[in-house]
Amino acid sequence: MTYSQAEIWATIIVLGVGTFLIRFSFMGGFGRVNLPAWALRLLRYTPVAVLPGLVAPLILWPAATGGTPEISRISAALVAVAVGVYFKNVLAAMFAGGAMLYLMLYLTG
Amino acid sequence: MTTATPKSAFWSGFRNGLPFILGATPFGMLFGILATEAGFDLAQVMGMTIVVIAGAAQFTALAQMQDSAPVLMVLAASLAVNMRMAMYSASIGPHLIDAPFWQRAVAAYILVDNTYAVAISEFEERPLRPVPQKMAFYIGCAIPAWIFWYLSTFVGALFGQAIPAGFALDFAPAIVFLALVAPMLKTLAHVAAAFTSVALALALAFLPFSSGLLIAAVCAMLVGAEVERRLAKAAQ
Repeated sequence: MTYSQAEIWATIIVLGVGTFLIRFSFMGGFGRVNLPAWALRLLRYTPVAVLPGLVAPLILWPAATGGTPEISRISAALVAVAVGVYFKNVLAAMFAGGAMLYLMLYLTG
Repeated sequence: MTTATPKSAFWSGFRNGLPFILGATPFGMLFGILATEAGFDLAQVMGMTIVVIAGAAQFTALAQMQDSAPVLMVLAASLAVNMRMAMYSASIGPHLIDAPFWQRAVAAYILVDNTYAVAISEFEERPLRPVPQKMAFYIGCAIPAWIFWYLSTFVGALFGQAIPAGFALDFAPAIVFLALVAPMLKTLAHVAAAFTSVALALALAFLPFSSGLLIAAVCAMLVGAEVERRLAKAAQ
């Protein structure tokens, strides 16, 4: 990280205020507004639109290996996704991915 | 259940909210550990957890900051992750809009995925309950995970100072994001959005200031919404 203390605090506060405004928006913050169907449809896809794109480079080009793809991390990612899709359970996916990562790191020395 | 008082509604919500302690605690601890390892001091770790109170966005901000992305890009990516809460707000707002302003402000502050899911199913089951009962249920439901989110982050931050580097913790955010996203891949539209996001984010990774991610996210949202629209049309 290469941020000044002021930048870190500014990030925290702006992120907090912005998040609060998003949450408060339709609880009366901006009055009684009904979102049109197309807007609701777009909002439904924000997490699946942002998080996969965020995570893909972390898996393929991990900073810890200097950006070289590495088998332990890729297998851990695949296991986390498979368990998450199958069991629809966030914690199960998290622990399975973590277990796979340590297993593979141990096996590949 | 028309005889429910705000007090009984509160405790009914509280019981429904208890299981979310299990979800909040490991995430809070992990955030505390990773943020501390990344160089946040205790006040900053707790500051972010208390001010933002949104796990996925906090991990997103952390990942972007470890990548030394410009502050504006850190904010854009994290706020984009939280845009789904506008949808929650729009769907739950009509049930709570007649409550006093300060109560709605508190309700907004603690609006998270789990609270939303439980509260909206309760409100839709009993839409005619008075607003004070609805609000009491909602707050009761949020409180367990809310308290444990703060506590677990704090414990994680203390651990983070003790854990030596080299535990492959660099990869923990990646697993967290995958674990959050995988259960969301419920429909073809969600899968299409996720693939678009991955493909474009990788293809546009050369763009400066993480701007490729934002372009990828906007395109992926459009793809998801359009696939949903077409599938609904085809089903008619």
